[in-house]
Amino acid sequence: MKDMADGYITEDGRKIGGVMMEMKNITLRFGGVVAIKDISFDIREGEIRAIIGPNGAGKSSMLNVISGFYHPQEGEVWFHGSKRPSMKPYQVAQQGIARTFQNIALFEGMTVLDNVMTGRLTHMKTNMLQQALWWGKAQAEETAQREKVEKIIDFLEIQHIRKTPVGRLPYGLKKRVELARALAAEPKLLLLDEPMAGMNVEEKEDMSRFILDVNDEFGTTIALIEHDMGVVMDLSDRVVVMDYGKKIGDGTPDEVRNNQDVIDAYLGVAHD
Amino acid sequence: MTTTAASEGALVSIPHLLARNVSAFGDKPAYREKEFGIWQSWTWAQAEAEIRSIALGLLELGVEKGDFIAIIGRNRPAMYWSMVAAQMCGAVPVPLYQDAVAEEMAYVLEHCGARFVIVGDQEQVDKVIEVQETVKGIDQIIYHDRRGMRKYDHTHMNALGDIQATGKAAHERFDKELDARWQSLGYDDTCVMLYTSGTTGRPKGVVLSNRNIIETSKNSAEFDNLLPGDEVLAYLPMAWVGDFIFSIGQAYWTGFCVNCPESAGTMMTDLREIGPSYYFAPPRIFETQLTNVMIRMEDAGALKQWLFKTFMAHAKKVGPKILDNQDVSAMDKLKYALGNLFVYGPLKNTLGLSKVRVGYTAGEAIGPELFDFYRSLGINLKQLYGQTEASVFITQQKDGEVRSDTVGTPTPGVELKIAENGEVFYRSPGVFVEYYKNADSTADTKDGEGWVATGDAGFIEPETGQLRIIDRAKDVGKMADGRLFAPKYVENKLKFFPNILEAVVFGADRAMCTAFINIDLTAVGNWAERNNIAYASYQELAGHPQVLETIQSHVEEVNESIAQDEMLSGCQIHRFLVLHKELDADDGEMTRTRKVRRRIVEEKFSDLINALYDGSDQVSTVTEVTYEDGRKGSIKATLELRDVKVVAEPQQMAAE
Repeated sequence: MKDMADGYITEDGRKIGGVMMEMKNITLRFGGVVAIKDISFDIREGEIRAIIGPNGAGKSSMLNVISGFYHPQEGEVWFHGSKRPSMKPYQVAQQGIARTFQNIALFEGMTVLDNVMTGRLTHMKTNMLQQALWWGKAQAEETAQREKVEKIIDFLEIQHIRKTPVGRLPYGLKKRVELARALAAEPKLLLLDEPMAGMNVEEKEDMSRFILDVNDEFGTTIALIEHDMGVVMDLSDRVVVMDYGKKIGDGTPDEVRNNQDVIDAYLGVAHD
Repeated sequence: MTTTAASEGALVSIPHLLARNVSAFGDKPAYREKEFGIWQSWTWAQAEAEIRSIALGLLELGVEKGDFIAIIGRNRPAMYWSMVAAQMCGAVPVPLYQDAVAEEMAYVLEHCGARFVIVGDQEQVDKVIEVQETVKGIDQIIYHDRRGMRKYDHTHMNALGDIQATGKAAHERFDKELDARWQSLGYDDTCVMLYTSGTTGRPKGVVLSNRNIIETSKNSAEFDNLLPGDEVLAYLPMAWVGDFIFSIGQAYWTGFCVNCPESAGTMMTDLREIGPSYYFAPPRIFETQLTNVMIRMEDAGALKQWLFKTFMAHAKKVGPKILDNQDVSAMDKLKYALGNLFVYGPLKNTLGLSKVRVGYTAGEAIGPELFDFYRSLGINLKQLYGQTEASVFITQQKDGEVRSDTVGTPTPGVELKIAENGEVFYRSPGVFVEYYKNADSTADTKDGEGWVATGDAGFIEPETGQLRIIDRAKDVGKMADGRLFAPKYVENKLKFFPNILEAVVFGADRAMCTAFINIDLTAVGNWAERNNIAYASYQELAGHPQVLETIQSHVEEVNESIAQDEMLSGCQIHRFLVLHKELDADDGEMTRTRKVRRRIVEEKFSDLINALYDGSDQVSTVTEVTYEDGRKGSIKATLELRDVKVVAEPQQMAAE
């Protein structure tokens, strides 16, 4: 792998910065089951980092460790140069990490606009009582937050469904709304759990474009899990490959593509 | 005409009008655009500042007098400003259809030799870059929306915002030059060049002078008494002459406000929020709106349905009369007022047409039922007849003299004459200067005395003086036995059925008429849903036996109505088929303004036409299709051909 002490330049000329998050020897167990076994890798400022692997490889568990939802039994998570203590998910959100879910987790009865507004929650300063009375400060704050939200709605081209309840939207649009909500939090690190799952080719192309645009426009660091190899290889700067809870590859898409262990894990290998 | 201009204080160009508007109503809104969920507005003074900064930036980039500047994008204030800024620099704006593929753009950009291209967003930039591979004259691309543009090579590319910033910074250097340029614009200088979509052959660049645009805008605005307080929604393609007249010509002449929707998808919501007082739409849009209303009414409760039906029936009876100030009994008036309270008012509000004072439809014939529906609600919907070469207006309907089957009396300043073969000719101050670099076509269309051939056949009704259009003159032909063949007349009758989106009728030099039909996916799809008919694609629905049955009944109804007309009874349709794909501009089958290109359809589907005439019941075919991104694919289909009942000829009926 190339020397990357202080970051590197990608093939398309983007400058990737230093280490943002580092996973050191993570091991995660559920009772006797070892979901993640001694995995280390890093995520750098401004990069699109993919975690791939066959079913049950431990990808989602890994994402849940990054998002602070699971607490690994062994190993350390370093974020912005300091070791991260065991935290509640909302504390992680306050640190600037946002995520989307594999099975869409939106408020179905609320409009798109309201759903995306919930993403601004960590940025609100008024308390619940003030917001309920909707007076003075709370009103001004909502206007300010709405402005940010509208920029994201414009960015993801969902103006036409702004006032539509999420429950009435097709799947591909729901996924986009979820991305909008995650973006509304203005995250430094965005975690995407299978953003293309269940989409048709056109929707996948749209989503890929949005992911690239988010990275490009907002400089957001993105870590994503994805099944679709084609998409991953096109999209990401570096890829971690997992299999049975272990890391079997790490590097640029080309390096990973030519890694024998990875080929074996995906295509299977004869046992003789 | 020159005297008129002089008496108006030398308002001889759009920039002159802009200057007048700034001093006359500088603090009144000139533009609005919905962005980030809010209507942002610009007063005339603010708009002028924006336009000026673009113009200064263009000068800084080296725009010369007489340069052509192509404008490609959806309706946004910045795009309109760019057009006027180009005019201020003494350059000629050439708006292009934004949904055109790169290939089509290449022809136009090459033909006019545009040195500068101002585009809306990345999508358009990509197309222009593709065009640049073959067309070498393009010096600079200027884009409005910065999104996704960071990685592009910017050596010959600028953001519009940056141009404005450099323009402002350089104003000391260019102020004098800019003022000199726009103040020297004359009444006969070119105002804009618009490419006609052309149902046949290559697009032609129609050169319109300031005189053309300003005289026409003045005459038509006075005809309808348009006022500075009027509101218009700009949503039709900027490359279309109508949009140029409404959103620039008339808007600058009268000083009304132009509103731009947020995106194509939000057009209907934006229409409702703005509530325009001056509204234009082709029949297609009115039809879509009506279809949506009907679909939603079918889902309403019994009481609401009853209310709707009762009051709509009443509106149909007296609504148009009330609109035309004719005598109606007091009881009927009361009932109409009640209906207005419960049904018409809320419905107009939903449609976004509550405030419409002057509404127009044109481009195609409108179905009488459709037309009457809107008029019965109390919406002053009228028809006009025009074309690019006339700066739109040839005839239009006066308030109170509105009918669905005519297109009105000549617009003030327009003279009409009908040639011996029935073709309509006109002469007006709006008549175009020439087709750019195409003297032959210019001479073919416009004679020495300034009379222009419309290419449409029609006649003037002696009692009312209103013009009635039958068909395209070149499409009006003879059948094998010498009877008159007017395909458009029949096609329009077919298209008045909500289930039929498009129809193409054949029969010139043949013994009988046949037709291709496109179903309307919204209407037929909704019907299918209601009747539990599953379908996976347009093609499958189009081939469903019950759908064919319904279409057949429509065709038979049309035959009955055509049989009433002695002249055209030979045009009854004997056989038809429902096409397996929608006719599409991307495949070249239609123009960008959605008019069928008859010749291309004939060539492309010649196997289907043959099958219609050789008596077979079925035909298998493969059709090439082009996707939006320019890739090609093909559709295979087996189509069913159907025979239709034909009504006996009127001569025989008379004999019975």
